[in-house]
Amino acid sequence: MTRLAIALFAGLLFGAGLAFSGMSDPARVQAFLDLFGSWDPTLAFVMAGAMAPMALAWLLQQRLPKPLACDTFDLPGTTLLDRRLVVGAILFGVGWGIGGLCPGPAVADLAVAPLAAGTFVIAMLIGMGAHRITAK
Amino acid sequence: MTLAAYPHAMPLSGLVGGLLIGLSATIMLLALGRIAGVSGLTARAVGIADTGAPRGVAIAFIIGLPLGAFFVAQAIGGVVAQFPPSASRLAVAGLLVGYGTRLGSGCTSGHGVCGMSRLSRRSIAATAIFMSAGFATVALMRAGGWL
Repeated sequence: MTRLAIALFAGLLFGAGLAFSGMSDPARVQAFLDLFGSWDPTLAFVMAGAMAPMALAWLLQQRLPKPLACDTFDLPGTTLLDRRLVVGAILFGVGWGIGGLCPGPAVADLAVAPLAAGTFVIAMLIGMGAHRITAK
Repeated sequence: MTLAAYPHAMPLSGLVGGLLIGLSATIMLLALGRIAGVSGLTARAVGIADTGAPRGVAIAFIIGLPLGAFFVAQAIGGVVAQFPPSASRLAVAGLLVGYGTRLGSGCTSGHGVCGMSRLSRRSIAATAIFMSAGFATVALMRAGGWL
């Protein structure tokens, strides 16, 4: 129960941060990607604000024998660059540009604009499912 | 705080909101030992991914996202969310984001916020690539009169 409450709280903070920072607005995210239009640098400030505490968190993580509320760290490897990573990032970036939406803001926006966000999220889940089927 | 050259920018709100996101990712890392990667947690929550966070943790985090946005909208009197004009554009974007984030093992939160702050080569490369693809896509859309 404790872990679920922690995860719910973390999700809530994340969603609040997205909404407060303007990142829940697809037009604003797209304006960051629009170098030849009326460029909006807000996303860069959000990234800086988010990476600052995380840089400290990674330093702390190296000193912790285990997480505070569970038994082991379960973290991805950091070195392997492969074709899947490159192609996946390209496809994601193209979709991000077309819609101005990545997964976090899309899910958070279900509370703000359910119809439009829901359309995107359903398509996103179909895309995820398509990867699962084809990646065998 | 305003930026004269960019009248639409919200640098201070961006920084504060970013801090909340970073705090969330810190809690996920230090308390639950995981990356706060929304694409992976979403796939896990709906059962598309077989490995990753415990299912309950993923579901709880994903439910928290719209709740957090809802509370902020209540607190500040609404949140602007201007979407692309057509459902078909949303659908194409969603398909690409879903497939691409699974193939590339992450999105703006996992690779961008968590991976880059860890100085992960893999995440720095992924972020540089998806950002470049995003810039190129929007530039092409602008050139084609789609914006």
